[in-house]
Amino acid sequence: MPVNMIVCCKQVPDPEAPPAVFKVVDNRMTWPAEVKPVIGQYEEFALEAALRIKDAVGGKVTALSLGNKFVRDVIKKSLAVGGDELILLEDDAFEDGDSWSTANALAAAIKKIGAYDIIFCGRQSSDWDAGQTGLGIAELLGIPAVTLARKVEVADGKAKIEQVIPDGYRSVEVALPAVVTVTSELGALRYAALKGIMAAAKKQPVIWKPADIELEPSQVGSAGRRSQLEKLFQPVKEAKCEMIEGETPAEAGANLATRLREAKLL
Amino acid sequence: MADYKGILICGELANGKLASITTELLGCGRKLADDLKEDLLCLLTGEGIGEAAKEAVAYGADKVYVAEHASLKEYEADSYMQVADRLVKEVSPRAILMGQTFMGRDFGPRLAFRLQTSLATDCLDLSIDPQTRTLVQTRPVYGSNAQAVFTGEAMPQIATVRSKAMSPLERDDSRKGEIISYKVDVDVSKVRIKTLETIKEEAVGMKLEDAPVIVCGGRGLGGPDPFQTTLKELADLLNGAVGASRPPADNGWVSEALHIGLTGKIVAPDLYFAIAVSGASQHTAGCSSSKHIIAINKDPEANIFREAEFGVVGKYEEVVPALTKKLKELLAA
Ligand SMILES: Cc1cc2nc3c(=O)[nH]c(=O)nc-3n(C[C@H](O)[C@H](O)[C@H](O)COP(=O)(O)OP(=O)(O)OC[C@H]3O[C@@H](n4cnc5c(N)ncnc54)[C@H](O)[C@@H]3O)c2cc1C
Ligand SMILES: Nc1ncnc2c1ncn2[C@@H]1O[C@H](COP(=O)(O)O)[C@@H](O)[C@H]1O
Repeated sequence: MPVNMIVCCKQVPDPEAPPAVFKVVDNRMTWPAEVKPVIGQYEEFALEAALRIKDAVGGKVTALSLGNKFVRDVIKKSLAVGGDELILLEDDAFEDGDSWSTANALAAAIKKIGAYDIIFCGRQSSDWDAGQTGLGIAELLGIPAVTLARKVEVADGKAKIEQVIPDGYRSVEVALPAVVTVTSELGALRYAALKGIMAAAKKQPVIWKPADIELEPSQVGSAGRRSQLEKLFQPVKEAKCEMIEGETPAEAGANLATRLREAKLL
Repeated sequence: MADYKGILICGELANGKLASITTELLGCGRKLADDLKEDLLCLLTGEGIGEAAKEAVAYGADKVYVAEHASLKEYEADSYMQVADRLVKEVSPRAILMGQTFMGRDFGPRLAFRLQTSLATDCLDLSIDPQTRTLVQTRPVYGSNAQAVFTGEAMPQIATVRSKAMSPLERDDSRKGEIISYKVDVDVSKVRIKTLETIKEEAVGMKLEDAPVIVCGGRGLGGPDPFQTTLKELADLLNGAVGASRPPADNGWVSEALHIGLTGKIVAPDLYFAIAVSGASQHTAGCSSSKHIIAINKDPEANIFREAEFGVVGKYEEVVPALTKKLKELLAA
């Protein structure tokens, strides 16, 4: 039985850009133009989870992204690696949401898509790190959710999932439809093949506005928030690293030992 | 509208005792409850809870709800929801706190959406706004590159709290509190997720969270071997433990249990050696409370040098063995 999968992918500024380039200005995070947008890291793992199921038993992978001003080449990566369809909830009104308004709009879009067996999310987004959206979607749709998946297999309308738990893992079974949130142990997203990149270039994403998912602009984005952001700040860190040198790296290593001893750290 | 009152802690047990995160939550919750002049409540679920309930009182709870049921032995979302949802509706707490643990991560968002309220995960600080008497929540964002302060009007407010971010009170067995047996009937037919098997990896040697010295290796080590040799030798010499950034764990070079950071373990040893670790903010989120950080990296521009107190620029293959050798001499002298 082919499996209908939806993968929720967020566009974020590259989370691996050097930390010092991120600056808070007027309660907003800013970054220089060299920091490129990417699909969030855990969403890449989630995409890989979906593609492996498609490889194994067949199915359809729809990527779903909510935001505004999507960079087409970035967000189309989901198609280039093997996704079948891309739906963008793209509108000014979708900006600056919180976990509540984001999950609510994604759940509304998923209802409109209609046919779904598994909804994949990352364990947490690579910008706000909330770790809420997948579980929120599951509650809103009234379906089960399994978090921190490192392996997902589908057979007979059920998913068998290995879930990372403290110091080990547990294997669980859940009837579909269900939400699965994916963690990094699942394994890296495959590279896009040239054929995939060419196919993606030709495909156009479907774009939905709030009205298309039967929500008022007042229910989405910043207007639909249940939590208020009062302040964003960066605690000041005084960088004061004492660099230990030597004629050779080995000598520097030995000098470090001496210095640590001197400083009574050992 | 219900009258929301008090702070409710969703506690966790470890080997029949209160987990350390729960004592930390009680310490933080006690302060919030005192500021409000309201009660601190604690829910404990599982089997054979007797002693832990007394502990919860000794650590600050006014009322401990003990929900014992065979199906609550291990945390499982659908069973736990039946208990928590009912208790929350009965006692109408102003705020609910849990740990940023496996359970809190899995359960906090479910409860928040079930109750149609808001949640701040991984909080580092919580306080009460004296005007509105609501919770002010501070949590890291952008991979711990910044912190955000959140408030909310939807009640109850929910927060999960990072481990080691709050201090427990001194245990005081003379403290008075009420222990309430909370009778629950868990409808197991509502449990939608079936556990087939649980595999726990036995920790070899010292637990990372308890180690006074951690020697952490990064992707720059290039493979599993240096963790077993170069790093382990240094760790053994200092009675420490070996840890890792995320890539070595993802690549299977080391066990997942050694992964340190925002999505791994939060550690705070006396000495933290970061070796061939670039110092991404998501990594340092897990070790920045260490007393002394020492970085060894071949790239002088690596971000880890902004976090470290001592640093050496050089290839770990050359620096670390020489460091270990010299330390051995110095420690023997
Ligand atoms: C939401 C989110 C959560 C995350 N959570 C975590 C987390 O919990 N923990 C975590 O660690 N990461 C986490 N990450 C990933 C993080 O962003 C970085 O990718 C990761 O920490 C990099 O690991 P690293 O420093 O080992 O590798 P790299 O960034 O590749 O750095 C390797 C370093 O080794 C140095 N090096 C190479 N060879 C040598 C040599 N021979 N001698 C000396 N130095 C050498 C290099 O100069 C470089 O600085 C998360 C990311 C996201 C988006
Ligand atoms: N704007 C968005 N568009 C698509 N998916 C999202 C969005 N925000 C969050 N998600 C999904 O929800 C997961 C958890 O996000 P968060 O709750 O923000 O940490 C992410 O890894 C994504 O899979």
